[in-house]
Amino acid sequence: MRVPGVAGVARAAAFVLLVAFLIWPQRFAPLFAPLTQYGAPPIYDQGNLLTLALAQLGTVCCAALASTVVAVGLGILVTRPSGAEFLPLSRTLVNIGQTFPPVAVLAVAVPLVGFGLKPTLIALFAYGLLPIFENTLVGLRTCPPAVLEAASGMGMSARQRLMSVELPLAMPLILEGIRVSLVISVGTATIGSTVAAKGLGEVIIAGLLSNNSAFILQGALVTGLMAVLLYGSLAGLERRFCRTVRTD
Amino acid sequence: MITIENLTKCYGAATVVDGVSMQIPRNSLTVIVGTSGSGKSTLLRMVNRLVEPTSGRVLLDGSDTRAQPPHLLRRRIGYAIQGHGLFPHRTVAENIATVPRLLGWDAARIAARVSELLEAFALEPAAFAGQFPHQLSGGQQQRVGVARALAAGPQLLLMDEPFGALDPIIRAKAQDDLLDIRRRFGTTIVLVTHDMDEAFRLGDHVAVMSGGRMLQYGPPAELLTRPADPLVSRMTGLADRAMRLLSLSTAGEAALPGTVDGPEVAASATLRDVLSELMWRGVDAARVTDANGTARGHLTVAAILARGRP
Repeated sequence: MRVPGVAGVARAAAFVLLVAFLIWPQRFAPLFAPLTQYGAPPIYDQGNLLTLALAQLGTVCCAALASTVVAVGLGILVTRPSGAEFLPLSRTLVNIGQTFPPVAVLAVAVPLVGFGLKPTLIALFAYGLLPIFENTLVGLRTCPPAVLEAASGMGMSARQRLMSVELPLAMPLILEGIRVSLVISVGTATIGSTVAAKGLGEVIIAGLLSNNSAFILQGALVTGLMAVLLYGSLAGLERRFCRTVRTD
Repeated sequence: MITIENLTKCYGAATVVDGVSMQIPRNSLTVIVGTSGSGKSTLLRMVNRLVEPTSGRVLLDGSDTRAQPPHLLRRRIGYAIQGHGLFPHRTVAENIATVPRLLGWDAARIAARVSELLEAFALEPAAFAGQFPHQLSGGQQQRVGVARALAAGPQLLLMDEPFGALDPIIRAKAQDDLLDIRRRFGTTIVLVTHDMDEAFRLGDHVAVMSGGRMLQYGPPAELLTRPADPLVSRMTGLADRAMRLLSLSTAGEAALPGTVDGPEVAASATLRDVLSELMWRGVDAARVTDANGTARGHLTVAAILARGRP
């Protein structure tokens, strides 16, 4: 283990702060009290913040997992000789997923699958595909040709070459794609509350409806801290892979 | 023994390899030499089916290479390429273990083989086994690349410009190592290069290719003394062909009986080196001795010069 630097210390502090706030939110009430008017509650009191944060995290992780499976799968497919013709089609689909605003996806999805978690998952899934797909594509395409030639020349089958050479070499880029996708999703997931998915969006919306800035701020802060921490811890994971993979 | 029969490869309208036939004897070191675009690499890659021939066939010890799936065929054939192509995410030991693992050897046998090869290539196993390729020098990477190609003890080793990325001093060392390896493992080697000096230095048979056709295939001396095509003599070099010829025989082979007064030269030295030595010292004759110091006869300038004529 390396000695953690300034960024490491800051991340640890942010994590402690986040956990403390989610477990004992009332202890932080004095901090938020100046933002309230007419004696409104300074801390969200219509639900447990910890439960909401975990629910949002769960939603994001489920959606990211699905995005990862589909995007990496598509990336692998279109870089095989047999699947190359699907590249333009896959690109188009994934780009639509990114350009279609998640709010619009919710509006379309609710009549089809009803309110709650499902439309949110669909919106986040579609929104998260692009970074993972593009990074998978770049990762697989930039494997050094001599290495691939050697792998085939040694007698690896196409599948063995993919699993033991191409994917490990592309892994740092794929992980980076997943990280970007996850971070975007954590923030975007708050809109799920407009269609009754459990999440911190609920806190923000409650703040907007009752004109309570304290609610808005705590919903946003918790979401933001989760995104930052997720980004940092995944970056650490990536470095572990990169250490052995980076070469010339 | 490799038999190549009428091998042709076309990409669309372009014929890259055009009806090449040749027999490569067991335990030989055959060099295929040609300019870029001559089809030499394509010819080599058709032997292990990295490129599928348009027509013609390749026989390994009498059996058609198409008799088994290409990836299984390739596990029996060593393959080393320019820029080594080592797997950057695997250690030196894991790289070398690639083919034995594919073949399903047990861990103990693989470990023993990896150590044996590292030692054979002068790479101390304790120091190098756990290193990653980017931690090695260019020469070391190249040696690991060849060790990996030899890991499963293939009868045949194909090498595509294996020394192309090395600087001249390391290249000369790598070429010596290859000759050593060949003596040690008795592997049949087919090597592709664009470098005529390398071809003459390494090959006991040299095949010259141009425009997808094989112009000539034979012992290096034959290319000099009986070129089959004007292009062959152009490529081998007209100006220094006498010197090239001298570099193909050793003092031991050319030694005359009897002894003379003069400097001592090693029996393994080429006639070119002996001549150079005699010119430098300004003497007419030298005594030839082998590695143990036993007298093997003598050489005179006149005798050497006679050897430089066709």
